[in-house]
Amino acid sequence: MHLETKSKVVEVKKEEILSPWKIIRKRLKKNKLAIFGMYILFFMVIMALIGPMISPYKMETIDLYNVSASPSFSHILGTDDVGRDVLVRVMYGGRISLSVGVLAVLVEVLIGSILGGIAGFYGGLVDGIIMRIVDIFLCFPGLPLLIMLAAVMSDLKVPPQYRMYVVMFIIGLLGWPGLCRIVRGQILSLREQEFMQAAEALGLRDRRKIFSHLLPNTFASIIVSATLGIGGAILTESALSFLGLGVTPPTPSWGQMVQSVNNSYILQFKPWIWAPPGICIFLTVMGINLFGDGLRDAIDPKLKV
Amino acid sequence: MRQYITRRLLQMIPVLIGVSIVIFTILQLAPGDALTGKMDPHLTPERKQELRHQMGLDLPVYKQYVRWAGGVLHGDFGESTNFKQPVGKVMNTYIWNTFYLAIFSLILSVLISIPIGVVSATKQYSKFDGFFTIFALIGISMPSFFFGMLLIKVFAVDLRIFPVSGMSTAGSTAVGISYGLDVARHMILPLIVLTLGSVAGLMRYTRSSMLEVIRQDYIRTARAKGLKEKVVIYKHALRNGMIPVITLLGFWLPALFSGAFITESIFGWPGIGPIEIGAVSGRDYPLLMGINILFAVLTLIGNLIADVTYAVVDPRIRLK
Repeated sequence: MHLETKSKVVEVKKEEILSPWKIIRKRLKKNKLAIFGMYILFFMVIMALIGPMISPYKMETIDLYNVSASPSFSHILGTDDVGRDVLVRVMYGGRISLSVGVLAVLVEVLIGSILGGIAGFYGGLVDGIIMRIVDIFLCFPGLPLLIMLAAVMSDLKVPPQYRMYVVMFIIGLLGWPGLCRIVRGQILSLREQEFMQAAEALGLRDRRKIFSHLLPNTFASIIVSATLGIGGAILTESALSFLGLGVTPPTPSWGQMVQSVNNSYILQFKPWIWAPPGICIFLTVMGINLFGDGLRDAIDPKLKV
Repeated sequence: MRQYITRRLLQMIPVLIGVSIVIFTILQLAPGDALTGKMDPHLTPERKQELRHQMGLDLPVYKQYVRWAGGVLHGDFGESTNFKQPVGKVMNTYIWNTFYLAIFSLILSVLISIPIGVVSATKQYSKFDGFFTIFALIGISMPSFFFGMLLIKVFAVDLRIFPVSGMSTAGSTAVGISYGLDVARHMILPLIVLTLGSVAGLMRYTRSSMLEVIRQDYIRTARAKGLKEKVVIYKHALRNGMIPVITLLGFWLPALFSGAFITESIFGWPGIGPIEIGAVSGRDYPLLMGINILFAVLTLIGNLIADVTYAVVDPRIRLK
């Protein structure tokens, strides 16, 4: 009896040691769908990063004997209408699409959390001005404006290899207000808590109060909304590139590869040219959604992100 | 209530001015103007200069903006250079096609997703729930242009059940009911694409909102006093569960219109989407300004509708 109580005490202590992140990881592991999503993502990233290195073909290698060839041993996904290997282009396209998604969200998170932190911390006039800016950004018509910006970009003669950075910057620039609101809302309540009085008593500078004490407490929602945001950014980029307004040739991206359906012959008889990149977009975004949802449930199911 | 709406409408003015200034500036960033791309041999450089002066294109940017804004106040959005018609008239011609598509898709998705969402919530973790959770997941993750292309490939090209594109059969002289049927046949595929995405989102939203309500104490009370399960769910829970959903519908107004953008261009549906893409490639700045302002207004009105309906359906909310 005595021993049992003792062992229970030890057990309780052991559970207390679990850090919040360990608890989240433990909960996440139980969620099979989230793990499945993680594996899809993992597969896509590995394929895009390592795939091109082990492929016998390069992005622009043209196989003149096999133009528009159906899938075979030498070209697993066949070749496109100018004889380039589809599989290797899908891999390179994955590099572009994935990095545009991640970098766009990085821009989003940087602007959103900094402005949200400042607005929530100072309140008053500063808050008022930042929130009005947020209001203006929120009523920008997303897609119509993106289409317009992309056209302006073409007029400014942005070279194709830099276009992708501009696309990701624009997507990020239009996406930050949502996150800014979430962060601001949380900071408003966090700044009234005792640890902030302690920070005040220590005489910390405002910058340190915001960036080392307040913002780290909002990381959970920032991470969840960033994860889900990557999926959205990938969808936006692919739609833009599909319309010929995002990433342009010779840089391949998934959306732009689907564009070859505009040739009705390819649409009808050569599905291996346009279907694989489309399926890749779908699987990647699904993986992100599964993982992001699981992450939210593991961190806090009530999180409204 | 009336006071609240008036104030909200007044608050829209500064936001709209902000939006229009930003969009105007972006357009000015692009080199060239409506005349740069014109290869007409009759246009000598002198004549071009003259035309620029006539159109006010040689004024400083802020003066051009004031000129444009002054026109808008009189309901004049300028003249579309692509169509050689007033922007208002062009938008009025095409926005209705987008509107039909959007409204049918809205009705369809409400009819499909709310019942499924409610049943999913009442039978959480059942097979029914699992199936539709996965369905919703597929719906949100599917890029609309790819889904549209798959549908075209299978149903229009291979099986030849539906037309590939357009809004009515070319050269057809049908009127009345047969014309309506022809349009309906053209509408089905774009409608499926547009509805899949919205059904997925709305279904999940309904489900989570219902789940939250079902856990409330008053639902336990309703069960405890012996009400039938049907009454508990469809009378007591549904009414409260629908409040956030109704609000969401307001926010959807702009999303529906811009969601139709890609779908329209894939299916060659003569709505506002292909018109904007045409305006982009033709550097039709007045039309671009008009379309973007229209969307901004739709967004603001959608937000207002959302807030007002929120107060209407939920008497606990007081608008200040």
